[in-house]
Amino acid sequence: MEANTEQAVAHAHDVHHDHEHHEGNFITTYVFSQDHKMIARQFLITGLLWALIGGGLSIVFRLQLGFPEMDMSFLEPFFGKWIVDGKMDPEFYLAAVTMHGTIMVFFLLTAGLSGTFSNLLIPLQIGARDMASPFLNMLSYWAFFLSSVFMFISLFLETGPASGGWVIYPPLSALPQAMSGSGLGMTLWLIAMALFIASVLLGGINYISTVINMRTRGMSFGRMPLTIWAFFITAIIALLSFPVLFAAALLLIFDRSFGTSFFLSDIYIGGEALQHVGGSPLLFQHLFWFLGHPEVYIIILPALGLASEVIATNSRKPIFGYKAMIGSMLAIALLSFIVWAHHMFVTGMNPFLGSVFMLLTLIIAIPSAVKAFNYITTLWKGNIVFTPGMLFAIGLVSLFISGGVTGIILGNSALDIQLHDTYYVVAHFHLVMGASAFFGMMAGVYHWFPKLFGRMLDERLGYIHFWMTFIGVYLVFFPMHYLGISGFPRRYYSFTNFDAFQGYVELNEFISLAAIMAFIGQLIFGFNFFYSMFRGRLAPKNPWRSNTIEWTTERFPGHGNWKGEIPAVYRWPYDYSKPGAAEDFIPQTTPLSETPESNLPEEQEQVDREKGAPADGEAINL
Amino acid sequence: MTGQEQLLMQNYQAPRRPLSMNPRKFILWLFIVSISMLFAALTSAYMVRKSEGNWLNVEMPTLFWISSAIILISSLTMHLAVRSAGKDDFSKLKTWISLTLVLGLGFLITQYMGWSELVTSNVYFVGNPAGSFVYVFSGLHGLHIVSGIVFLAIIFYLVLAQKVHSKNMNSVQMCATFWHFLDGLWLYLFTFLLLNH
Ligand code: HEM
Ligand SMILES: [Cu+2]
Repeated sequence: MEANTEQAVAHAHDVHHDHEHHEGNFITTYVFSQDHKMIARQFLITGLLWALIGGGLSIVFRLQLGFPEMDMSFLEPFFGKWIVDGKMDPEFYLAAVTMHGTIMVFFLLTAGLSGTFSNLLIPLQIGARDMASPFLNMLSYWAFFLSSVFMFISLFLETGPASGGWVIYPPLSALPQAMSGSGLGMTLWLIAMALFIASVLLGGINYISTVINMRTRGMSFGRMPLTIWAFFITAIIALLSFPVLFAAALLLIFDRSFGTSFFLSDIYIGGEALQHVGGSPLLFQHLFWFLGHPEVYIIILPALGLASEVIATNSRKPIFGYKAMIGSMLAIALLSFIVWAHHMFVTGMNPFLGSVFMLLTLIIAIPSAVKAFNYITTLWKGNIVFTPGMLFAIGLVSLFISGGVTGIILGNSALDIQLHDTYYVVAHFHLVMGASAFFGMMAGVYHWFPKLFGRMLDERLGYIHFWMTFIGVYLVFFPMHYLGISGFPRRYYSFTNFDAFQGYVELNEFISLAAIMAFIGQLIFGFNFFYSMFRGRLAPKNPWRSNTIEWTTERFPGHGNWKGEIPAVYRWPYDYSKPGAAEDFIPQTTPLSETPESNLPEEQEQVDREKGAPADGEAINL
Repeated sequence: MTGQEQLLMQNYQAPRRPLSMNPRKFILWLFIVSISMLFAALTSAYMVRKSEGNWLNVEMPTLFWISSAIILISSLTMHLAVRSAGKDDFSKLKTWISLTLVLGLGFLITQYMGWSELVTSNVYFVGNPAGSFVYVFSGLHGLHIVSGIVFLAIIFYLVLAQKVHSKNMNSVQMCATFWHFLDGLWLYLFTFLLLNH
């Protein structure tokens, strides 16, 4: 017994030593850090800076759409010769739309969202000192950083950044003659994306390995918070789909720089035939959307995971249908790989094939609806605490439903003939993916800010931010459905020269004004974020009275996360308002044997096991 | 309750660690998954493109048969290297590792000569995608072989530094896993091309 305690002391000392050892100088702490929490902050701040650029670009092209007659010379200091005589250059419009899409989809909602919260929460919520490989994790951030540098430089090229849309379909993207953005801008886009893919894969491999191998004692799969399930499934989807984008990019690079003809065939420019023969531009679309569709779920699943946690905590109720949530995420993951051709209904594909993809696409609505239903039933009759994070999580549910409904309409291959490439699609994916994932990310930022920076965000500014964004987003994207149904095409620089669309000038003006309002709301958030980081109210240890184990760490956890031993886990994370319990929450670290007043009959077996000898040496979990 | 009993109880309360594997080996397997997806994408692209017609019938160079034999043998020597490491037979271990490394280089050279053979039969990187795909498959696989050779060189260094022995097999086992995977990958690509050219 004596020896036992001594050992324990020695062990604790060991652990202490372990994280002391990591505290290095400025460079290793803030720059080339291997601490997952610092890497999370790096991803978050880089992502938010990108959001500012991506959002700013959208305001610029909304000005063009809303006020085509406007004198834009005041933008000259920023955009130089892209503004000609107070008018926006049409190619710049296309470049702005392309960069907006690329930045938001990849840099903000993939790296900024998944990178931030997978890094922050996986070790903290499963009870690990760090990732399986902190070094690869650091590489993942720096690959993203380098990718950002290339993409950023491309914004300042004489010939402009890539301009063929975020989907970079060839031949537009493959031929430098096609448009000025398809020159060096496109080359930099491809380099940046290759690095980005490396970053996602390094990150994802780490997340999967950490979740499987590094859980603390008692953290069985059945006790993992839904956030972790979401990050885990997302990482698996990313691991399977991003290499396919890499293949597509590689072949495109060969076509552009070495003269191969994977995606190019029989093209005449100025009456002269190019030497490319025998390629297929549709092949690119297949490869792109094989990544592209899973990518939209790579974006939304982490947001849904964050929302699960925030909604359960602030409804003070267990999440409704924990297993159904996991099951539907798995179903979504599986189905997301076999629906890609719904983006290609009008490419002249075999109509029979179209029906198959239509069927599969519509099936995906079922697990998506199960999730939406479960959020609503979790909220139902809860003692809801309306924190800013909670408002954003509820906003996510609302937006996910509004946007999902139009997905079911687009998924019909016959209806899509009318709606494809109109603003209806723009409305659909901005609600279901763009806005909803952004709301999930914001729910995460407000909820975990205390764990990220040890301080609280200002609540009053949070409410203002929420309402401006929520109202703004609906005012911007809801009217776009009407534009789309009437055939208003996306990616057009100017519509005033078409008689059919003359009637939509006011509506477009309205949308642009709403967009500006929503953007101003984001600036308020930006102020709140950076101000509170240094000056915010110091956070209590468990500000939301939450069950998950990240709230058992210190206010400013060091590298290694817990002083002394990592806590063990005895129950699932959703014991909120359990009947009989003294408080309305029971942290995962509280053994069942300490809460006889609230245990359920079927939990008696585990209580016995906790108390008694381990009869046949079996594990309590798994 | 005596102190001893109290301590016992604390111990029994602590739930056991959930299942876990060696994280490094696990990471290697995940890398292998992503490489497999890359080649799965490329071979599917090949099939999709081929089904559209306008296709060139590319004869596989005979040298690809030889290179396939070389890489198969190198898998054998790699396997023997792991066995010698398990038996702490270091002189044999060094021989097998260096032999694997040399065979790997031999494979690369044969592949390169295979490309020359393609060129003499008028199949170029630039031209009908049927030919370009052959270069992409073998070239990209070759790049992975280069990384495998670097891995082998590192293992060789670790052997010299006496860091590989029967109690410390992880690195050599991981190298073997990767090498066998590259071997299998080439055999898959070659068979695929033979069946679908
Ligand atoms: C209810 C399930 C859903 C169905 C049936 C559905 C269906 C569709 C269809 C058929 C299109 C193609 C429209 C066209 O281009 O003509 C589309 C576009 C799109 N969807 Fe969905 N969708 C669903 C949910 C989602 C979700 C959850 C996300 C993201 C989180 C999403 C993101 C997108 C994006 C980004 C595009 C447009 C891509 C582009 O062309 O730029 N969708 N959706
Ligand atoms: Cu899709």
